[in-house]
Amino acid sequence: MQNAECKVQSVEQSEGQIPLAVLFQAPTASRSARSRSVMQLAICTLHFALCTVLFPFSAHAQSTRDTISALQPKVVKIFGAGGIKSLAAHGTGFFVSKEGHIATIWSHVLDADLVTVVLSDGRRFTARVLGAEPQLALAVLKLNGAEGVEFPYFNPDEAISAGTGTRVLGFSNMFNVAAGDEPVSVVHGVIAAKTVIEARRGVFDSPYSGPVFVVDGVTNNSGAAGGVLTTRDGLLLGMIGLELRNAKSNTWMNYAIPVNELASPIQQIISGKFERKKDPHEDEPSLKPRRYKPLDFGFLLVPDVVERTPAFIDSIQGDSAAAKVGLRSDDLVLFVNDELIQSCRALHEAIGRLESGDQLRLVVRRGNELVNVEMPVPKKKE
Amino acid sequence: MIGQRKVAKGKRGGVLCFGCLCLLATSLTAAEPQVREAELKRVEVIEKVAPTVVAVFAKGGAGGGSGVLISKEGFALTNFHVVTGLGPFMKCGLNDGVLYDAVLVGIDPTGDVALVKLLGRDDFPVATLGDSDKLEIGDWTYVMGNPFLLATDFQPTVTYGIVSGTHRYQPPAGTWLEYTDCIQVDTSINPGNSGGPLFSSAGELVGINGRGSFEKRGRVNSGAGYAISINQIKFFHDQLKAGRVVDHATLGATVTTEADGAVVVNGILETSDVYRRGLRSGDELVSFAGRPVRSVNQFKNILGIYPKDWMLPIVFRHEGERREIHARLRGLHAKTELMPGPRPQPKPRQPMPKKDKDGKPEKTPDLPQAPPSDPHAEAKKTAIPEQWKNWFVAKPGFANYRFNQLEQDRVFVSLKGLGDFASATGSWRLSGQSMAGDKFELTLAAKGVGLEIRDGAFFQQLEDTDPADEPQGTGGFLIAAHQLRLLLQAGAKGFTECHYFGSEPLDGRGELADVIVTTLGAIETRWFFSRASGLLLGLDSRLLEDAEPCQIRFDGWNDFSGRRLPATWRVTSADKEFATLKVEKAEVAGKK
Repeated sequence: MQNAECKVQSVEQSEGQIPLAVLFQAPTASRSARSRSVMQLAICTLHFALCTVLFPFSAHAQSTRDTISALQPKVVKIFGAGGIKSLAAHGTGFFVSKEGHIATIWSHVLDADLVTVVLSDGRRFTARVLGAEPQLALAVLKLNGAEGVEFPYFNPDEAISAGTGTRVLGFSNMFNVAAGDEPVSVVHGVIAAKTVIEARRGVFDSPYSGPVFVVDGVTNNSGAAGGVLTTRDGLLLGMIGLELRNAKSNTWMNYAIPVNELASPIQQIISGKFERKKDPHEDEPSLKPRRYKPLDFGFLLVPDVVERTPAFIDSIQGDSAAAKVGLRSDDLVLFVNDELIQSCRALHEAIGRLESGDQLRLVVRRGNELVNVEMPVPKKKE
Repeated sequence: MIGQRKVAKGKRGGVLCFGCLCLLATSLTAAEPQVREAELKRVEVIEKVAPTVVAVFAKGGAGGGSGVLISKEGFALTNFHVVTGLGPFMKCGLNDGVLYDAVLVGIDPTGDVALVKLLGRDDFPVATLGDSDKLEIGDWTYVMGNPFLLATDFQPTVTYGIVSGTHRYQPPAGTWLEYTDCIQVDTSINPGNSGGPLFSSAGELVGINGRGSFEKRGRVNSGAGYAISINQIKFFHDQLKAGRVVDHATLGATVTTEADGAVVVNGILETSDVYRRGLRSGDELVSFAGRPVRSVNQFKNILGIYPKDWMLPIVFRHEGERREIHARLRGLHAKTELMPGPRPQPKPRQPMPKKDKDGKPEKTPDLPQAPPSDPHAEAKKTAIPEQWKNWFVAKPGFANYRFNQLEQDRVFVSLKGLGDFASATGSWRLSGQSMAGDKFELTLAAKGVGLEIRDGAFFQQLEDTDPADEPQGTGGFLIAAHQLRLLLQAGAKGFTECHYFGSEPLDGRGELADVIVTTLGAIETRWFFSRASGLLLGLDSRLLEDAEPCQIRFDGWNDFSGRRLPATWRVTSADKEFATLKVEKAEVAGKK
């Protein structure tokens, strides 16, 4: 804040004759200033006006063509888990080493044993997650069977920062348009603001808290997360984030996480020296105590992979209460004690709330029929 | 601290706004000359092309789209899904502020293209067609049209953005509308932009905007819009201008990608032309229409831009041996499927949009306009403007048969210059030598056709006899020759059905030729006319559907006592030459 005020003073002193140097420095100032005041908006405007001066677009089309064709081989398409409801099974990533390390967003797409990575020329590889930093929404993958192959890559240590008004390009496999052996989609825009976002939960989870570049173009679409944001002349700026919607205004945010923030964890994961920062919430006791779990009754649910995984029973333990009442694997749990169950998570919560001495009544769907079962809640050993 | 900051904020805001204005002023001068130059260039391009942009309106102003003029007679391109349901007549606005009457000309339901004609002028402003294959990712483009139907004075809205992807494939949405080899842009495309032009930075027409990826953001621009490439539309242009309902091509074979990346035929229709030309299951596709085949998707992408019935070069590998063929392609749809009228229920290609918890559809169909239905659905309700009535003729299988009649008239003009054949109802006797040195005599009479060549004599009776492949292996040369007699004698009236098809590259490799298709019973004949001279270049005549045709190509026309006939006839079938006949003498008898 101190920094920013300083800039403002210099503007005041100049009385309209604004020294360009001050404005050139402003981007670093705006980051600490956060998106709070009129002042920042004004700086945005100033920069917007200035960007034409900073980045004149003489012979621009030609150089943009060249920039894009040079960068596209560094961006890859990732195919993994998903494909249910509005969860896309595709994402984007970018090479961060010539040996085939890929940085991408930490998302449900990676909830698979192996993911498929398709290069801009159609070459296909499988890849595994080498390491992740969920708080930064970062995951690093390593291609399998790519020994001896060299890949074009972005050096995360060379990522730069840029201020409001900077002309940018976004590279991603949004909407999986580039499904074939073709390069990803490219969109253009301008950095509209640099600000800080906070982590959130809900339909559009975003674990990332920290500085972001906000872009005026539509960079963040389904499957775009993990793509790259660069300057028009191809310098690495950020990694495109997950889709974020403002629930109040129903508007969508287009933003990227500065690679500066990610460079050191990326290098640490690659070198195997990565130690995850402790999640401050990790040790907090759960607000809702879960006294019972499905296993207490002798059944297990399918892995909870997506936001609302249907509560299918995966397996039944022999000689358990569940086995005795005739539950079977592939039964879909619809009701727990008359409460509608829409997901594995909801089932865990409902069972967690049971108390010793209750009855557990389940309605399950088996093929085309509904089956009612009932079993006593066992006494819990303290 | 907070209080202080608040006070300071107000002060800063004011000062900065002032500073901001000053800076804007200084930056504008500082920005010269490149910025100013680029801006002026944009203004110039927009001023040049804006008069060609059309606002298409449904009757009563309920909905509409955009279009673009491509000929001074008023032919304009738009989307099929824009004209759907409008009936044969509609209203189109230009930026001169005038609302013109327009008539539907041709439709391409698969490619989502329609051609309309604005009426009342013969000096409409025209957009220059560009070469969409030259577009590269990152190139600047303009989208112009009437998004959200904002322009009540028909001044088009302009948006500016870059090419995000080229040669993209967008699978069928709902029914047929498949976008193959299309252009992806981040230029804003919104509802109402459908059918409007995508211009290159030089102001050349490179595409027709028609789709966007919308998903969960509602039906507004979300950074991915798609335009049908103008190069694809060029292939179909003459067919659309002929008032037809056109169809796209299919190979007649299915392909799959092998583990090594080769694209291999895994199923083939034995009635298809590619099968007759030697393509078999297990063969590897190497190239199609001159473009290398790298994957199944990419092959579908190339195939999708070509019209049904075109002959195209295909290279494949059969048991290790490389072969090049020219094969005629089948249609993607059954004829009745694309006919106006009650539509057969299309197979659901994608699940219905699911509702989210707010009850709103989770995924809206990705067309910036209403989904397609019968283009003539409301035709009956629309009163046809009296003065334009003659611009529309209804006929099954055509969007507007009036335009086919016009094209037939244009092509048949050249036949009139060949002499008076109408009165030549007697026998025609053509004789000479073949290139191989054999003497021949071809006799064309009303009741039969005969040929003597080398030591053989062949005869085809025309009454009470089924047409035969005579001489054997020629695909029915005698019947084909008889078709020529009918055409010269009576033109279109000599056949059960006759229509102008459009243009196609002659034999899949030559110049674009105008094509007339005639049928007589089961016999279908394609007639090829030179677009430069108007002369008949040859014909392909087949006795039955999916039979190997007899192909005759003419070289030169000679005058035989006041009537002109082809001088050299090269007769082939199934890629084998039967003979090349040089006509030295022709006697054409009048009424007996």
